Amino acid sequence: MKLSNVLRLFTSILILSFGTSAIADTLSDTQARGHVRCGVSQGLPGFSNPDADGNWVGIDVDVCRAVAAAIFGKGGDEKVEYFPVSAKERFTKLTAGEYDILSRNTTWTLSRDAKIGLTFNGVNFYDGQGFMVPKALGVTSALELDGASVCVNTGTTTELNLADYFRANGMSYEPVVFEKADEVIAAYDSGRCDVHTTDKSGLAAQRTKLAQPDEHMVLGETISKEPLGPVTREGDEPWSDIVFWVLNALITWDELGLAGGDAVKSIVGDTSSTPEVKRILGVEGDTGGHLGLEKDWAYWALFEVGNYGEMYERHVGANTPLALARAGSPNAGWKDGGLLYAPPIR
Amino acid sequence: MEKKQIIEKRKPPIASIGTIGWIKGNLFSTWYNSLFTLLGIYILYSIIPPIVQWGIIDAVWSGEDRTVCEWYDENKVKYRAGACWLYIKVWFNFFSYGFYPDAEQWRVNLTFIILAISIALFFIPNFKKKHYIGIFLFVGYPIIAFFLLSGNETLGLHHIPTHKWGGAFLTLLLGGIGIVFALPLGIVLALGRRSQLPVVRALCIMFIEFWRGIPLITVLFFASVMFPLFVPQGVDIDTLLRCIVGLTIFGGAYMAEVVRGGLQALPKGQYEAAQAVGLGYWRMMGLIIMPQALRIVIPGIVNTFIGLFKDTTLVAIISLMDLLLAVFTSQANPDWMGFPFEGYIFIAMCYWIFCFSLSRYSLRVENKLMVAHQR
Repeated sequence: MKLSNVLRLFTSILILSFGTSAIADTLSDTQARGHVRCGVSQGLPGFSNPDADGNWVGIDVDVCRAVAAAIFGKGGDEKVEYFPVSAKERFTKLTAGEYDILSRNTTWTLSRDAKIGLTFNGVNFYDGQGFMVPKALGVTSALELDGASVCVNTGTTTELNLADYFRANGMSYEPVVFEKADEVIAAYDSGRCDVHTTDKSGLAAQRTKLAQPDEHMVLGETISKEPLGPVTREGDEPWSDIVFWVLNALITWDELGLAGGDAVKSIVGDTSSTPEVKRILGVEGDTGGHLGLEKDWAYWALFEVGNYGEMYERHVGANTPLALARAGSPNAGWKDGGLLYAPPIR
Repeated sequence: MEKKQIIEKRKPPIASIGTIGWIKGNLFSTWYNSLFTLLGIYILYSIIPPIVQWGIIDAVWSGEDRTVCEWYDENKVKYRAGACWLYIKVWFNFFSYGFYPDAEQWRVNLTFIILAISIALFFIPNFKKKHYIGIFLFVGYPIIAFFLLSGNETLGLHHIPTHKWGGAFLTLLLGGIGIVFALPLGIVLALGRRSQLPVVRALCIMFIEFWRGIPLITVLFFASVMFPLFVPQGVDIDTLLRCIVGLTIFGGAYMAEVVRGGLQALPKGQYEAAQAVGLGYWRMMGLIIMPQALRIVIPGIVNTFIGLFKDTTLVAIISLMDLLLAVFTSQANPDWMGFPFEGYIFIAMCYWIFCFSLSRYSLRVENKLMVAHQR
């Protein structure tokens, strides 16, 4: 065989191996396997982190649990295998088929959506980069930070957003960069810089590590848009649809004010429910059939995991160490001035 | 004639014997020695008491949750006790086994107990059947360990996929397998590099220089991220296995050069003598050359072993939940955030215990074998 032929063969094998991963029918595979495979972070407070018994918890984890409950029905939320992945590997392993949902605080951007062969399926948390300063600094707006020294993680979009923001506002700053989040917060706490910047959910988590959390505050400005959501492989629309609609079912339940667990049980037999509730419960019509699932898919997602609001309060809400108030944030429902808006399930 | 009387023995002056004499002779013999001694005492004085205060006296050893280590008063002022060893206690199981299910952890324990017993038998002096144990350790044991750890439904053991393996267990597994297989690979490569056959020699040199020339991180990334893209979808080789193969090859390439150093240290006469009594290549190597060569390079071999063991922390970047990553990950739990120092100290102690025992053991072996070279 001539060298060019060898090369051609090699490339075609490469293309084939890329191709096959896209054609596979993920839903049937998942049903046959008996569990959902879910890529999560290697530990991000409130989003996906293990508890001391080795169970994964967090708002990103709940998306996978809800998908599994929608597919497998009662008790289905436990039929999930979690794959902790680093930021560098997350997309390659998804496209290579090591797991089927990537629920790992991944920002939805054009290049990721269009270039790498990914499908983004809605948003389960609207994050954005912010600034934390000591109250003693007497600063109330990020626009007063001219000339400040800023502690930031190196090699992240956080660093780029920071540069953009200060340049756009004609301000100067002095970056103090570190590799790990723990180093950044330690440096900030010891006064090596005036300002700490990262995503606001991260700031909330880091703030609890400070020697005196109450002496620091997060400024109001949000300088970047970080819509985080579950990601699937491009080319398997039925599977992506399931992930998208399960997430939006949880948001719909929140809009309707229906809580999960035993609370939802009593509603099933209630004939006075609105047609919308009956439809989503699967009592009337068959929304599940269009997705290749059972009629009561959304019921089980709600029963096992709870609605979006419960999910939020459980992991990142006001009563958790992160203490991120939902009211007034972009993560409130659209009726409350937030950004969460689920398309109608019908 | 004058009578010579023996003068009674007198004690040396008090200032030149015992503790005082030693102190005077060694610590305060000159003005600059005195200065350094005082400086040293001052440094120790300023370092040790705070460490003891933080790590032992003020430390929290038991309790329910983090509020015993860290709490707020009504004005939201935070108070902190010393080291929160409670954090290690609560997470100890996770640090030991990762996500390996609680109910199945006896399998991990059993695997290590079998290993410990066989190794212990191996070291009983005058125990006659040692070669059986050797064969068991290299052939039977890996099979038993595989079935115990990974599981087999027909044996009634649930399958535990490797992405759930983690913690100190995974670290020991990676280090152990790497160490055990790197040495034979290194020996083969070293022999190949000194071979008279040009093709074998060229291949071995290329192999060694290639793997020594690239960083371990690259090897691991390639094994983890790139490899799945090069094989067809159906072919699925376990991430952990890919990573172990990478580690072993990497360790083997370094080991080859260590062994080659030993081979080159032997005088040519040893080879010629072996040939003169009619030994072929393999018997010459097995009976005459290797026993001497390996004995010379024990320090180098153990060096490589310890290096390889510590390098296993790099697997964290390809998401294998080794001891280091398990501790990092536990720090992401909102209920236990903020105790990284306790975690680092715990990791450091685990690694130190293992590496130190390895080096002590190698010293023992060295002393036992170095009869002819003892000084």
